[in-house]
This record gives sequence, structure tokens and C-alpha cells, in this order.
Amino acid sequence: MSNQPIQPIVEFSHISMQFPGVLANDDVSLSIMPGEVFALVGENGAGKSTLMNILFGINTPSAGTITVKGKTYKSLTSAQAIGLGIGMVHQHFMLVPSFSVAQNIVLGDEPQRGILYDLREAKRITEKLVAEYGLEVPPDEPVKNLSVGLQQRVEILKTLHRGAEILILDEPTAVLTPQETDELFDVIRGIVRDRGMTVIIITHKLGEVMAISNRVGVLRHGRLAGVYETADVDERKLASLMVGKDVLLGLLERNQREQPIPEEPAISVRNLTVRDNRGLEAVRGMSFDVHRGEIVGIAGVEGNGQSELVEAVTGMRAIRDGEVYVFGKKINRLSPGKIRKLGLSHVPEDRLATGVAAQADITENLVIGKHRRWPFSVLRVHMRGGPARRYARKLSGEFDIRSAGVGTEVGSLSGGNMQKVVVAREFSFDTQALVIAQPTRGVDIGATDFFHQRIMDKRNQGCAILLVSADLDELYRLSDRMLTVYEGRITGEFDPATAPREEVGRCMMGADQAQDSKTTVNEASDG
Amino acid sequence: MNAFQFSDLISFSSLMSTLGTATIVILAGLGCLMTEKAGMMNIGLDGIITGSGFVAAVVSWAADSWALGLLAALATGLILGLFYGVMVIRLKSDEFVIGVTLNMFLIALSTFLYRSLPAEANGLHVTEGTGMPIPKISLSMGSSNPINISILVPVALILVAVCQVFLYRTRHGFWLRAAGEHPESLQSVGRSPAKMKYMASLACGAFCGMAGAYLLNYVDGFSEGFSASRGYIAVACVIFGRSNPLLVTLAALFFGLVDTVGQRLQVFGVVDSNLTAAFPYAGTILMMIVLAVYNKARKPKRKAETAEAVK
Repeated sequence: MSNQPIQPIVEFSHISMQFPGVLANDDVSLSIMPGEVFALVGENGAGKSTLMNILFGINTPSAGTITVKGKTYKSLTSAQAIGLGIGMVHQHFMLVPSFSVAQNIVLGDEPQRGILYDLREAKRITEKLVAEYGLEVPPDEPVKNLSVGLQQRVEILKTLHRGAEILILDEPTAVLTPQETDELFDVIRGIVRDRGMTVIIITHKLGEVMAISNRVGVLRHGRLAGVYETADVDERKLASLMVGKDVLLGLLERNQREQPIPEEPAISVRNLTVRDNRGLEAVRGMSFDVHRGEIVGIAGVEGNGQSELVEAVTGMRAIRDGEVYVFGKKINRLSPGKIRKLGLSHVPEDRLATGVAAQADITENLVIGKHRRWPFSVLRVHMRGGPARRYARKLSGEFDIRSAGVGTEVGSLSGGNMQKVVVAREFSFDTQALVIAQPTRGVDIGATDFFHQRIMDKRNQGCAILLVSADLDELYRLSDRMLTVYEGRITGEFDPATAPREEVGRCMMGADQAQDSKTTVNEASDG
Repeated sequence: MNAFQFSDLISFSSLMSTLGTATIVILAGLGCLMTEKAGMMNIGLDGIITGSGFVAAVVSWAADSWALGLLAALATGLILGLFYGVMVIRLKSDEFVIGVTLNMFLIALSTFLYRSLPAEANGLHVTEGTGMPIPKISLSMGSSNPINISILVPVALILVAVCQVFLYRTRHGFWLRAAGEHPESLQSVGRSPAKMKYMASLACGAFCGMAGAYLLNYVDGFSEGFSASRGYIAVACVIFGRSNPLLVTLAALFFGLVDTVGQRLQVFGVVDSNLTAAFPYAGTILMMIVLAVYNKARKPKRKAETAEAVK
């Protein structure tokens, strides 16, 4: 495509973007051709979003120019960008939850009748868009009632309504199920083929780059590491370009079990029912076991009871009905502290809210939980600074926590480093059971690989691990067994080595597992 | 003293009295709900009512004009609304802290100035006397005696309708609600959430200013503690009415009714006056309990309904 003598529709020329203390884009020159799907990949902080925000007029570049449709600009405003036909679907949707689909689509640009807002016309506009692009959405439904996949459609329709010809999608598949991802890709192919639209997709999922894009650009530390025809590269090549070194995204070393799994499971969940903050049943009668030396992965679209399950098992949420046993002891009414003493550690999903004390320093965050023990404390009343700092430095080295020093406030660390603090602390307890939720959310590919190695090491040492993740790749990579959940129920059990993704995806959307493999589920729940 | 009859409570005059008392709460509540919808609920209503009521008292006395008094109250409200907006939107202060500050500071300042003002020649304090003679209209029904109500009463009711239409049937109303619920989405379509928030806090100031002027007229003159915490009642009504103008008005009318019942019972000497004075506040607490129980019972059902609707 780039061989044809077509003018690029967007051209970045020597773009640099200097934020205080960070050079987010460093002399980036890049052309996007009309009618192509261009994938922009890179680690967190590589400058992908910054570059797109420059195009969409959110950031003003420190140097360089942008040429859109033959006209050159030093910088754009959002209004200019919209006027030029640039539309952006942000990672966090720009939708007002209580407004209807139609009201969201015309937001900011509402049809008027006299001084009043013409709600009927808004609905008509939406229906027309739906018919034109074949993107089915219910116009009158409040957006908050829609699934994430449908909300994303509303976002795309919103940009189309504003006359977008260049569509920027920022990590669009991060929150989608495999089926929804396929549907999104069909939509993208459709608008490119039928409407001649140009699509720029920011992602870090290399499989998707291969599936959808014509060309791919790799950013590393703000610099463009290369632009390729997608057909000419493979995932491995892209991964090493992104990180700057070879990354083994291949198999992790998985010990075969030396001895049979002990009779008694480390974590045992029986007919568990838990309510969410609104008082609705989020977990409805789940039963499963996690034995030592295995990783049990919980797969599901977020909001199907995973968070509540984790909170119930770790004592952070009241159990409504059923029982949870940790090493044979019923923990229904035990506090999180007591459960930890039984030998269960927890890497929570929201690291900022529950994983770390953001205003405390690295030392305090690493030592907490052990702070009343020798050598960190005498008589359990105070913390001895010297041993604590030495210990923190040692752990920081082991877990590659990058900071100005162990006295650094944890809240000022990047997401990846903050997660390393949490993992370093939790993995250094002498515990034989771990509950891990979303370990690599917002963490770049290098650090992800590191966490995966550590988790696998723990398993190989005989730790029982309950792993909850929204990232199906992660579950496939790590789990010994995978359970799918939907609306608080377990809908299937899979062996990641053999399970087809489509089947797992169907169970994540509520379908029951096919009859022939049902026996394993029953075994697990009868147990 | 007449014998107490229950039927005395249900009369045209009771209705008008209810409306009269409720108007203060309706006006302040409209202001408060605008800021709530814009995501920056102003709880400093009581302070703004007191402050603008005081200014209205002084100006209407000095200029001998109710219209100037009313304008002065509106201007005071707008200035205080702007202050609130700048503090919360521009300087990103906590809205509750600023609201509480407005209440404490303005009530104290008004009291201080009130005490510092000289007495008039005839011995009356400048802000006493007949207050501000805002024109009244006379209403009668059937054989009952005509009752005079301030023109601000129908104005307040019209404003309820205006707010309802504004919030749910105009683009600016949608933007204001978007600014409160999800400002980024408004920003992303090139409309300024800050502008809508300023609009809301100015509206709140103006509504509370009008409430202050009306109150001055209603109680015939400024005195210490003259708002009788009606600003707080208005905040409560906004919460009960879930920031919907019509529901907030209903809540305010309920408050007015309880107040009227209290006054009547007091007049008839059936119940001790200290007890009846507590009626509106007891009613507020009662409403809060009812609302909490109702919400608790309603939520799971609503969830089930929406789940059904999406399918």
C-alpha cells in the first residue's frame, strides 16, 4: 500500500513532546496512508497515547509539525481535529452513563427545535447511523445498562456522527471478550472497506496487530523503532522491537508435579454466595478447590463476581452463604489478618486502593505485615529503621523495583513499579497459598514477563494460586486449570493446553460448557 | 382561644401557609440541585440566604425600595455564587468545606453587622419594621377570607417548571448534567464543563439570593438566626428529591406542611410550642428514614428490571 503514489492522510514530521521530566515523543516522523489500518504498538510509557493525543489536539507538541490532508499545522486543537475528520475512541469511554445512547451520540451538538433540545430528532439521527453503518445499538437505553462492547460501539458511532474519516482507537480490546473483539474487528474492516476510512489502533496485544492491521509502527521510549508491513513481521519480532531485547513470550518452565497433590486443598470454596456493594448477589453458589502446586485461573468479563470472590476469600467482604476453607480451616468469619496468618497472601486488583499505602515509602510498604517481627521490631511496638531499610533494599534488588531509593513515596512510582512493591511483599511471606487479581493490569510487556516468571516460580515451589485476570492470554499462559465465570456462577472448566478460545469465550458470555466436558465441572463442584 | 378542630388544619389558609413557608425551601433547593447536577453540590445555602437577606434589608431600608432590595439580594447571591464557583472550580477546593465556610462566615458576619447598625430615630432597628414590602397578590377561594401572598411565590413555582425544562429539555441542561456526571465526555466534544459548573453555581447564588429576599419579606425583617436553618432543610430536600426539580418541590412542600401543622397546633395550644417548633426538623429526619428504607427496598428490583430491559 505504501508503494502506491498516494499522499499520506496524516503525516507526523519530527514530532517531539516534552513533559516535565519526561521526553514522551522524541523526533517521531510517521505517515499514515488513507484507507489503511495502522497499528501503533509499544510498552506503557512508550509515547503511543501522547502521539495520538497530539493528533487529536489534546497535547501540543514541543517541536515538529503535523500534516493532515495536505495542510501542515504546528499544533491542533480538539475542535480543529474534529473539523478535519479525526475521531478518537478513548480507552476510558467518553460517555455520560445516565444519558441514553442517542443523547450520548449527539452530545455537544444536539439537534434543536426552537430553544428546546429535539430528543426525537436525536433518536432519528441515531437510527440513521445504525442503519448506515450496521452497528446495532438500542437508541433509548441508558448507556450505563450496556455491555462494554456495546458502549464502545456507541463511542464509534459518536465519532462517525461527527464526520470522522480518521478513527483513532486507544487500546480498544483491553476490556472486550474474544467474541466482542472479533465483532469490533469486523466493524473496523467494514468501515475501512465500505467507507474508505483510515483507522489507527493503539494496542499492546500483538496477536491483534497481526489480525487487523496493514502496517504497524513500533514506539520505544518515545522514539519510533520502526514501521513495517504487518505481513513482513511476526509477534516475536514486534515484541523484541518494543522492549529492545528478546522477550520470551513463549512457554514458561512448568514443573511436572513430583508428588500427587495432597488430599486437602489449600483453598476450598463451597457454594459461596457474596453480595456486592449494592446488595446484589455478585457470587452465586461457586464451588471449586485450589490445590498446592497448581494455578487455577478465573476467566470472565469484569464485573461477573470475580472481585467479590477474591474479597470474600481474603476476608475483605462478608460471606453471605456457603463456606471458604483455607488449609482446612473455615474462614467465613475471620478477619483478613487472621486469614493471612493461616498462610494466604493476596495481591489485590486495585493496587493503589488496597495494594499499597500510597503515601508511605517503599520500606514501609515492603515491611508491613512483618513489621512486628524480629528483626524489624523489638517487643512488637516500634519499627527498627536500619534492618527495615536493608531488607527493603534487598527486596528492591530482587524484584527490580526502580526508584530513587527505598525512602521514595510509593504513590509516586509508575504502575509497574508499584505492582512490583505489592508482589515483592506478598511473595516474600512464607505462605503456601496466594490469591492474585489482575497482576499485570497496566504493566508493560517486560514487567509482565517478569511477573509471570515469578508466579510460575511460586507454583513450582508448591504454592496454591488462585489467579483472577481479565487478560485471557495471561490465563492461558499461567493456569493449570481455567474456570469461566458469568454472573457469579462457574460456567465451565478448561485445560488451557487444549481449550479452544471460542469455547472459553462462549462460557464467559454465559453459555454452559458443552455437555461432553461437563463431568469435570460436576466433579469440582461436588468435591 | 378557639377549640382545636382537625378540620382547621385542612383549609385554604393552611394550603397558602404551606406554600408560603415552602417557597424559601423551593428557591434554595432549586439552586442547590443545579450545583448538585453539575457535580459540585453547594451546601452553603443557609449562609447565602442569610447574607443576601441582610443586604436586602439594609438596601431596601436605605433606598426605600423593595425592588432595589430584591436586586441587591440577587447581586449578593450572584457574587457569593461566583465566589463558590471560583473556589471549587478554579482553585479545586473541597465543595463541602467551602459550603460549610459560607454558612458559618456569612451567618456570623450578618449577625455582627446587624448588631453594629445604629437604631433608627423611632427606636426601631433599621432592619426591623415591616421588612421589605414586596408586592403581594390576593387570593381567595370559596367563602374564605382572601389571603395575600408574595408575588415571589408564583415566581418560585414558575422557576420550578423552568428548571425542569432546562435540565431535561435543553442542550445546556444536558451539558450541565454531563459536566456533573462525566465531565470528560463533555470536554471531548468541545464543550466546557467548567463553564457549565460556573453557570450552576451562579444560578445557585441567584436562587438563594431570591430566597433571602423572600424570607426577609416573609418574616418581616432581619433578625439573628432569621433563616431558621431553612437552607439546611433545602439541602435535605434536594437529597430526598434526588435533585429532580419537581421531586425537590414536593419535598419542600412536605416540609412546609409540617411547619404549618406545627404552627396551627401551637396557635390552638394543643401542643407545647417548643415541641411544635421542632416539627419541621423532626419531619426532615422522618423523611430521611423513609427514603432510606424505600431505597433499600427498591434497588434490587430496579436492577432486575434493567437487566430484563437490556435482554
